[in-house]
Amino acid sequence: MADGLYADGIAAGRLSGEEYEKNFADLHPPLDRHEAAVEADRCYFCFDAPCTTACPTSIDIPMFIRQIATDNPLGSARTIFDQNILGGMCARVCPTETLCEEACVREEAEGKPVQIGRLQRYATDAAMEADAQFYERAAPTGKSVAIVGAGPAGLACAHRLAMHGHDVTILEARPKPGGLNEFGIAAYKTPNGFAQAEVDYLMAIGGIRLEEGKALGRDFSLGDLTRDHDAVFLGMGLAGVNALGAEGEAADGVESAVDYIAHLRQARDLASLPVGRRVVVIGGGMTAIDAAVQARLLGAEEVTICYRRGQEHMNASAFEQDLAASKGVTIRHWLQPTRIIADNGRVSGIELEYTALKDGRLSGTGETLTLRADQVFKAIGQSFEAGVLNGSTASVELEGRRIKTDAEGRTSMPNVWAGGDCIAGGDDLTVSAVAQGRDAAESIHRALAG
Amino acid sequence: MADIRSNFVGIKSPNPFWLASAPPTDKAYNVERAFKAGWGGVVWKTLGEEGPPVVNVNGPRYGAIWGADRRLLGLNNIELITDRDLYLNLREIKQVKKNWPDRALIVSLMVPCEEQAWKAILPLVEETEADGIELNFGCPHGMSERGMGAAVGQVPEYVEMVVRWCKQNTRMPVITKLTPNITDVRQPARAAHAGGTDAVSLINTINSITSVNLDNFAPEPTIDGKGSHGGYCGPAVKPIALNMVAEIARDPQTAGLPISGIGGITTWRDAAEFLALGSGTVQVCTAAMTYGFKIVEEMIEGLENWMDAKGHATLDDVIGRAAPNVTDWQYLNLNYVTKARIDQDQCIKCGRCHIACEDTSHQAITAMVDGKRHFEVIEEECVGCNLCVNVCPVEGCIDMVPLAAGALDKRTGEKVEPVYANWTTHPNNPSKVAAE
Ligand SMILES: Cc1cc2nc3c(=O)[nH]c(=O)nc-3n(C[C@H](O)[C@H](O)[C@H](O)COP(=O)(O)OP(=O)(O)OC[C@H]3O[C@@H](n4cnc5c(N)ncnc54)[C@H](O)[C@@H]3O)c2cc1C
Ligand SMILES: Cc1cc2nc3c(=O)[nH]c(=O)nc-3n(C[C@H](O)[C@H](O)[C@H](O)COP(=O)(O)O)c2cc1C
Ligand code: SF4
Ligand code: SF4
Ligand code: SF4
Repeated sequence: MADGLYADGIAAGRLSGEEYEKNFADLHPPLDRHEAAVEADRCYFCFDAPCTTACPTSIDIPMFIRQIATDNPLGSARTIFDQNILGGMCARVCPTETLCEEACVREEAEGKPVQIGRLQRYATDAAMEADAQFYERAAPTGKSVAIVGAGPAGLACAHRLAMHGHDVTILEARPKPGGLNEFGIAAYKTPNGFAQAEVDYLMAIGGIRLEEGKALGRDFSLGDLTRDHDAVFLGMGLAGVNALGAEGEAADGVESAVDYIAHLRQARDLASLPVGRRVVVIGGGMTAIDAAVQARLLGAEEVTICYRRGQEHMNASAFEQDLAASKGVTIRHWLQPTRIIADNGRVSGIELEYTALKDGRLSGTGETLTLRADQVFKAIGQSFEAGVLNGSTASVELEGRRIKTDAEGRTSMPNVWAGGDCIAGGDDLTVSAVAQGRDAAESIHRALAG
Repeated sequence: MADIRSNFVGIKSPNPFWLASAPPTDKAYNVERAFKAGWGGVVWKTLGEEGPPVVNVNGPRYGAIWGADRRLLGLNNIELITDRDLYLNLREIKQVKKNWPDRALIVSLMVPCEEQAWKAILPLVEETEADGIELNFGCPHGMSERGMGAAVGQVPEYVEMVVRWCKQNTRMPVITKLTPNITDVRQPARAAHAGGTDAVSLINTINSITSVNLDNFAPEPTIDGKGSHGGYCGPAVKPIALNMVAEIARDPQTAGLPISGIGGITTWRDAAEFLALGSGTVQVCTAAMTYGFKIVEEMIEGLENWMDAKGHATLDDVIGRAAPNVTDWQYLNLNYVTKARIDQDQCIKCGRCHIACEDTSHQAITAMVDGKRHFEVIEEECVGCNLCVNVCPVEGCIDMVPLAAGALDKRTGEKVEPVYANWTTHPNNPSKVAAE
């Protein structure tokens, strides 16, 4: 049996050390000073700028770009952080092609938007490198707020509350903060331990206590929190993974894409991370793309994404689909899994059925296709685990299986707010989680002050 | 094909593009390269009197300002006239003229304001068989402190006197180069004319400080912690130069005096504008110093193409054509009414026109219409000022559209009068002249 690249089954060490390093380097390397100046010069300083309108955190983009253009990167960083304290991460992970950069007037003018994301990174990197801290805590208010989950929503909420002088306790189930910034985002979007560096940077404001390994529903209940604190913010994201609903799903080698990526993000040595020679990814969103691309980068020979609808229905942006294609991932449409084919309990292939839209409804055509596979990733969405609310579902009303909130992030339960992926009606983006965390903090602050 | 050969006060050149007296014309090496690249003529870097040459600073001699993408918009220098030996220059001039008989070679001169000094140098230049001389009355720094350059150019009586000495002591055509560092450029031009000059050339550089170093609080360029004002040139000075050329072209006292236009010329279009305002040739310095000599290809070809497209056969069909259209403000037609109009197909919705008009002008452009981002001119408010056109990033997106006679000006509520009427007869003018 061949070793390395062509080893059959699921195997580690498919590539050389340099190859891993090259494959997982920064997707968009940082702009240097000259590049940033050239790019910043392209901004028109639009009135009521469409890019700002398109940014979920409403960063004053023309202003921060002008500050870069006038060689004031720290001032620029402050403009960004004023609206989005995780501006560094967002600069790396936002699908700018469907947010600010899609709205940029230069996209309309010449099909080439100002590279807002990369400029944002330029400024925020400068501030973090200089360890420039822009915010101080207001005088202590004596009020205490509990936050469940140290993901982008929880962190943004915590920082804003700390600015207002409240005492914040973050309870995080995992041993590390950051949420999907640390465990989910593709490795090549945020290399070099950036997620933890960013958490440290924003925690430096003080007044935020982080308790790791503390899970709501296991170690404490929502009732405990509302009893011990003046307010509670829920930012637990989506802990559940949707099932395929295909026969034989329990076979070895069928894995949740999110879990696999979490392993990858935490791996000290990528060479120790096993990956299949032939990988099939089921799904059509960002997670499917990330799992497929990273499988290829780990040395999988054949990676195929199978999505049950057409290209135009995929949640992954055109940019991400192109990225996957450029990394050698095959994307196939109109296919849904029906059966996992296993050999001695290990996956060896997958049977899929062609689908079509009939009268607006998706249904199988009856025709099937079998693909060889050593590993199958499920990336058909995560779900909110309402169980952790510990029977308080009666009080915390859900909507479409996620937490229902009003525009300020208030849940149906008094003194309880929520934001990020766990609330209904969101778009499952880091930047939206930040916006919701921040806005909930303002709402909590108003409530506590009143 | 348009014929762009030039005959300027008897000096012939295959095209009107000359290099101005400056570093690009400092020595044979540069000038040979320039002629190879296609330049029609050069004005050799200014020569001084016999004796030990001047010395330049040994630190930085240029400062600059830039536009977007670090495009050089204005250059400033504290360089002096040639710092090379007079006889070395003269030998090179003679050899270059011999090598390039069809090109114009003019020698720029600056010697003390004494007749003897001019009498001494003129035969030396004649001996080179150069085509003419240019009197440098413009250099604003270094030489003016020694009573030369701008120190002469700013005193019309001196200008006239020196020009007369030259005309009396040489058969060569005399071009008098004027300084812009003066309130009314017509005064030295008239003086040069009175002294018998064959032509004037303008502008030389403008007194300037381009920037201040905020670390050591010294002007740039900084020489050991200090700086002095330098001479400003490049695209930024073009509007000043154009105006000065026009002032001389339309001054009845100097009308018809040949002009060699200088100042910020960078493209064929710039050159055509100088020609149209009355320049017979144009001189270029900064553009060559920024991009090298090759730009002359674009200038020659661009000018020819434009002339062909417009049916102008020779330079004479172009020179001075715009001068009669330069008038004084008081004679502008107040019954000419324009309104801005935005072409929605070209508009990229940046909103710059709106904020410019809203914050600083006449609140005449919408930002939102029916809840949608939409920029449109409100004719009731638009005074036709053209600001929006100038701030719009898309060329041609906003037009200034004249209202036809008889049309309603929605701002004033009055019909556009069909007749020309200016301020001199306007009822609001306290010193209006009675209409005939
Ligand atoms: C693979 C993948 C790739 C992605 N890529 C991008 C991308 O490129 N760009 C982008 O904008 N978005 C991306 N997203 C989406 C983005 O990561 C999320 O929208 C964002 O992280 C949501 O933030 P959050 O704070 O709501 O939740 P999370 O980031 O999920 O954080 C929730 C936190 O709560 C903790 N927690 C959960 N349950 C409990 C509990 N019971 N008790 C205590 N703590 C708990 C979790 O451990 C976690 O730390 C991606 C998502 C995935 C899965
Ligand atoms: C470095 C430098 C040196 C110059 N030296 C002279 C000179 O010796 N004699 C002169 O008449 N003009 C001199 N000039 C002025 C130029 O000839 C010209 O008038 C001026 O630069 C404006 O043209 P431009 O905008 O094309 O540069 C000098 C200009 C520069 C930039
Ligand atoms: S839309 Fe583009 S050009 Fe306009 S302000 Fe935003 S980044 Fe600048
Ligand atoms: S021409 Fe002047 S007044 Fe009219 S819309 Fe433009 S900026 Fe406003
Ligand atoms: S400045 Fe020009 S492009 Fe921008 S909104 Fe106005 S008309 Fe449109």
